[in-house]
Order: sequence, then C-alpha cells, then structure tokens
Amino acid sequence: MNIIVCIKRVPETAEVDLLIDKTGKDVVKSGLVFDLNEWDSYAIEEALLLKEKHGGRVTVLSMGGEESNESLRKCLAMGAEDAIRLSDPAFDGSDGYVTARILAEAIRKLPYDLILTGTQAEDDGYGQVGVAIAEILGIPHASLVNKVEIVDRKMKVHRELEAGLEEILELDLPAALTIQTGINEPRYVSIMGIRKVSKKEITALGASDLALKTEEVGLLGSDIRTEKIFLPAVGKGAELLEGNPEEIASKLFDILKDKGGLA
Amino acid sequence: MGEILVLAEHRRGEIRDVTWEMLTRGRELAKTLDAEINVALLGKDVDHFAEALARNSNKVFLIDDARFEIFNSENYQAALAPLLTERRPLLTLISHSSMGMDLAPSLAARLRMPLATDCIGIDLEGTAWSVTRQLFGGKINATVSFSRQGPSMATIRSGAFQITEGDSLNGQIIPLPSPLSDGALAKRFLEYVEAALGDIDITQADILVAVGRGIKGVENIPMAKELADAVGGTLACSRPVVDKRWLPKSCQVGTSGKTVRPKVYIALGISGAFQHMAGMKGAATIIAVNKDPKAPIFNIAHYGIVGDLFKVVPVLKEKVEGLRQR
Repeated sequence: MNIIVCIKRVPETAEVDLLIDKTGKDVVKSGLVFDLNEWDSYAIEEALLLKEKHGGRVTVLSMGGEESNESLRKCLAMGAEDAIRLSDPAFDGSDGYVTARILAEAIRKLPYDLILTGTQAEDDGYGQVGVAIAEILGIPHASLVNKVEIVDRKMKVHRELEAGLEEILELDLPAALTIQTGINEPRYVSIMGIRKVSKKEITALGASDLALKTEEVGLLGSDIRTEKIFLPAVGKGAELLEGNPEEIASKLFDILKDKGGLA
Repeated sequence: MGEILVLAEHRRGEIRDVTWEMLTRGRELAKTLDAEINVALLGKDVDHFAEALARNSNKVFLIDDARFEIFNSENYQAALAPLLTERRPLLTLISHSSMGMDLAPSLAARLRMPLATDCIGIDLEGTAWSVTRQLFGGKINATVSFSRQGPSMATIRSGAFQITEGDSLNGQIIPLPSPLSDGALAKRFLEYVEAALGDIDITQADILVAVGRGIKGVENIPMAKELADAVGGTLACSRPVVDKRWLPKSCQVGTSGKTVRPKVYIALGISGAFQHMAGMKGAATIIAVNKDPKAPIFNIAHYGIVGDLFKVVPVLKEKVEGLRQR
C-alpha cells in the first residue's frame, strides 16, 4: 500500500496578535511560530496507522520553500519513509487549484494507492486542494473523513456531515481523502526523533521537473488572488470585567444570579 | 442577460437553510446585474421543493432521479458539469457545507472554473466579483478577486447571509432529463450513522460551562467541571477538546456537534471559530474568558474577561460556593 500525504507548514496564530504587513496582502510572519498544519498531523498519523496495518510506504509531499523541510522532517520522524518538497520561485502565489495541480503532477510520478491531505489549512482555509487533486488525477475522493477501513482493496470511510450526522461510503482505490481532526491521536515526536532524521535527504522538485510551464503556476496561473487583508469589523463587543480575580468573580456571580437564575 | 445559479441543498427531506441564504444574496446580485436568479435542484420526488424555490427564483432546473435522493458528489458532478457548461452562469453558488466541500473543488477543477471557497461576503466591483473570506480562524478577513472574467463559482458559509423574503418571482420549473448513466460509481453511499448520544443532554442545560483549546490538557477538565457543579451547570466544550479525546462528542457545541441556547454560556479558553459560534450564539447571556483580547468570541460575548482562565476559574468557583452557602 503506497500512501501519499500532502502537508503544509503554517503559522500558529491561536493566541497571537496578528499584524498586517506593508503589502496589505499578508500578515507579518516574523516572530510567528510555524508548525505542521493541524489537519495534516491527523492525515500523516492516519497514513502511518494504515501502513502499520496493511504494509507499504508513506511518502510526504509539501509545496514550499526550504523552511518546509522542518515539517517534512517531523513527518519522517513520525515514521514516513520519504519526503519530497515542491519548490520553485514560479510557484509563489499559487491558489488552491494550482497548488492541487502541482501536487498532482508530482504524485503522477509516484506509485500510489491512497492520497491523504488535511481537510483544510489553518491559515487560508480554502479546503480545496485534496478534492481537486482527486479530480485532476481522475480518482474518487471523500472529504471530511473521520474513519478509514480497508478490506480487499475496497475502502470504507466515514464522512462527517453536520450536527453529529455521519455517512459511510465505499470507495475504489486509488482514492484521495481529506482528513478531519480527531480521527486519531497523532503520535508525539521527540527532538531526538527529529534529530535522527536530520540527515535524511529530502528531494526537491521544481516546475520543469514536473513538466509545468511557469505561466501555468504561481500567481500567473491562478484563478483567484488576494486583493487585501484587513481586521474584521468588531461587533458591539463584550463588556469587559476588570479588576483582581476576587472582584471579577464577584461580578460574575452577580451576572450568574441575574441571568442564570443562580439561587 | 446572464444568470446567477444557486445549487439547492437538501438532506433527508428538508431544504437546508443555506440554500435560502444563497438565494437571498444571489437575488440581490442578480437584480444589480439585471440577470436571472436560477436554481439547480437535483433530487427524487422533490416537486414541492421546486415550487418553494420557484417563488424565490426565475427558473428552477429540476433533475429528478432516484440517485439524487442522497448526495453523492460523483452523481452531482455528472449532472452539473454539462448544465454549467451549457448555461455558463456568471456565478454559481454552492454551500460551503459537507456537501459543497465534497463537490465544488472537483466540479470547478473539471470545468477549469475559478472557485473561491468559504465566502462570507460577495459583492460586485463594476462587473467583477469581489468576495470576502476569513483567514487564520476568523482573525483576519481577506478580499479576494477572480483573475479571469467569465463564469465563476463560490461556496458560501452557512449563516453568512440573512434570509429575506422578497415578492414571489413566480419562477418557472424546468424539468431536465437525468444525464446519469448506468455505469458503476467509484464512490458509493452505504448508510447514515448518528453520533452516539451521551448520558447528559447539553441542549437541556440552563447554564453551560464550555471549555476550549485553552484548557490545555485533560488534567484541567476537573477544574471546569467543579465550576459547572458549583453554578449548577453542565460541562460542554468546543471541537478541539473532543478531537483530543478530553471530553466525549456528546459535549461538543458547534456545527458538527450540538446547537445550544442556554440562559448562560460560559466559554473558557474558546477563541470562537465560526463553527463553534454557530452552535452557541443563541445563548441569552454569553460570558467569555480568554487570554487573547482579539479572540473572535469577544465579538459575540456579552461579558468578557481578558485573562488567564486558570486564575479566574478557581476563584470564581470558591466565590460561588461561598456566596451560595450564605
């Protein structure tokens, strides 16, 4: 079973005060901590679990500059066999479709039975790449997958719908799945584990290696582009309770009594 | 005269609200462009849907086939690809739901049609579309444009547009023959499964104490539970807490979990992803505790505490226990 996992390195922004950079089209990246996209950490874990059960190889792909090696190495340390980085100045500004196209051209060169991606990326959240890869390669897909079972080259997956409802689908292989968070518990990688794979070679492929013309990729080849970014309008906003913890607790108690019927 | 085409979304015998939301916005945009607002409806025995949709559209393209009773992206694509190729709508609107996320990226790739996903706004700049999306979990908004003129596609976030009832358009229902072939599908629907019900029904609670990623570890759940007990409330959570297996799925508030409307909702360490807020914004009073003053949760909370929940929660619990005993 040859499994390909497409991953992305993204900034962690949950508790960070984001600033808009001079171009007005991106956030200031300096000072941000980057890590493997959360959805992708579940995708690589799922690939490794399937490999451990059915045998085979896991190859990780990422489009990005040399800094993406950090996330690729994390996947190697988790247990992936190979890592390939798709890198070319011409790739800059690629939208979801073009990113899928670049990844698909790289996947075509490899043996594969299953392609996994995260359902979406934490940064731009298009949620488009995995499903578009399947269409470009002409294979079936399922998105928002939260359970995978493979029996006799037939795959059963659970897709997460709304309000706690799931559907079970059967797919022929090869297929592409976009993986939802919570499907498994991604394994911990120690610094020692990452050190062990620090010498492992990561193949880099550019546009010409993938027989892609520069005008087909990057901003030139993309259908959509970001004009500007801005801070969302703030609603009426919360009335902030201030003071020391004691004072805040007293105010909260009053609110609970008043609004919650606290006796 | 062009058209804006909305794909109707329905499941288990009901049209989903996002369909009406898309129709409302689509109708406004169509009016500006002097274009038609049309609907594609794929289903089995859904004439009653077609009639309802026709009140809010100029044309309803109805394709009746038993294989459309339950959504399957392969069948939907097989019907929509030729329809969009023939009609070339200025804009096709599909929901950014479990259905649209499975369909739109492959349909757009097949047709090489520009696609912007998860849009919360869509406007016209002259004759060009300008869409609004969110980045970084709602902390930043982006204005996105299509770099090519011609038919484009957008998927729309549920709840992004308010439904308004305009005058009936008395639209025409146009039945089309099903283009599905008898060939085998590479993806086959087997069955629906409902998430397991928990022991406690969070939708019935008057006070919910909900924890998010900020609770940091399973070892801190008892602290939140003690507060919930002290205030006579029930413990709930956001998605990351379930993903990490710190609490069961039955505790989850949000689009993929439960929708709740308690008297008081106390959000501890929840940043406020839209999927979460969609499930709790109906609470009468929302109190949020978060370290990040820019956390989106503060936009919908009535009361906010910018601070460390690990300092606030124990003190609050003591206070409540003390004052209640008096």
